Amino acid sequence: MADTTEILRMSGVDPRKCMRCGKCTATCPSYNEMDIPPHRFVYLVEQGRVETLLSCRTIWKCLSCFACVERCPRGVEPAKLIEALRLTKLRPQGGDHLQPAQLADIEDDDLPQQALVSALRKFSK
Amino acid sequence: MLTYSYYPGCTLRTKAKELDAYARASAAALGVELVELPEWQCCGGVYSSAGNEPVTKLAAVRALIAARDAGTPLVTVCSACYNVLAQVNHELRTNPAFAAKVAQYLELAAPYTGETEVLHLLQVLRDHVGFEAVRAAVKHPLTDRRIAPYYGCLLLRPGKVLQFDDPENPQTLEALLTALGATPVITAERNECCGGYRVVEDASFAGQRSDAIAASAADFGAELLITACPLCRYNLQKTGRLPVVYFTELLAEALGVKEAAQHG
Repeated sequence: MADTTEILRMSGVDPRKCMRCGKCTATCPSYNEMDIPPHRFVYLVEQGRVETLLSCRTIWKCLSCFACVERCPRGVEPAKLIEALRLTKLRPQGGDHLQPAQLADIEDDDLPQQALVSALRKFSK
Repeated sequence: MLTYSYYPGCTLRTKAKELDAYARASAAALGVELVELPEWQCCGGVYSSAGNEPVTKLAAVRALIAARDAGTPLVTVCSACYNVLAQVNHELRTNPAFAAKVAQYLELAAPYTGETEVLHLLQVLRDHVGFEAVRAAVKHPLTDRRIAPYYGCLLLRPGKVLQFDDPENPQTLEALLTALGATPVITAERNECCGGYRVVEDASFAGQRSDAIAASAADFGAELLITACPLCRYNLQKTGRLPVVYFTELLAEALGVKEAAQHG
């Protein structure tokens, strides 16, 4: 299982730059659904709490919209940390969050291919 | 004649055919030649920011190399394809280790290091054709139509990488609408996420996000929303608050090529 060093290397993020202003969480369109909001997520990476983060809901709720990345006054880029944790969770065998078989129930006539491709990229390996 | 390599993307061949057809017809009417790449694969829809994720980016690299070999910029019209192609290109340009790894995967004689210029069609219209020339080519001005541009995330962020427009105060779609004779309606939510691919897992969440965007546009008195992204359009249409069309459809309409594109 990945340690903090690996998460930092994958993401290219330095969580020590965070000054805990909370702007990432304030601007996150998904924060209400997260158990660990973005500013706290950054703090827990800094604290080395990788196991906690691998089992949190936040990694499936992030939209990769990059609002937090764009608006962080310190250039911390929280979404890149969430991406690194999500991939670390997905990569081991059996780590998929979304199975292709589930898609048949979801798809309607108008759903664009882009939605399926993107969701499978974000939620499965 | 301005000539570009053109990357349509998977959704433009299926659920978003009109985005593609109106783009091609409008480009032709403005003296822009879009030459479709002879081979291309799906870009993957989303770019991974992880530094050890080369395989999911190889389809984009093949398209970038094909455009380099053709000696032209690479143009796309889908926001997601644009975002992926531009971010992969930037990674190759700025990270030699990544470029070397990609060269190994693709068995390239020499690494590809981001030489291709990736452009959204909106950038071609704004920076190469020029909105004044677009205005001069308008046959049916969209007079008195109040239209809200919706950028979403993928056209704008990360701003430092894409450099498409000011990510917090974009002007490109507004300037295009003005050139077409319409009245752009600027809304608070035009650069906030529609809920994106999470609609696949949680349609009600995406519905809430998109409803906030559509409600904001309606509150500001817009009669129509425009976007460049098939997934944004899908999510926004589901709200039922106001019609949502691709910017290329309005462009084709104003240029007088809409009907021809529908039958092309």
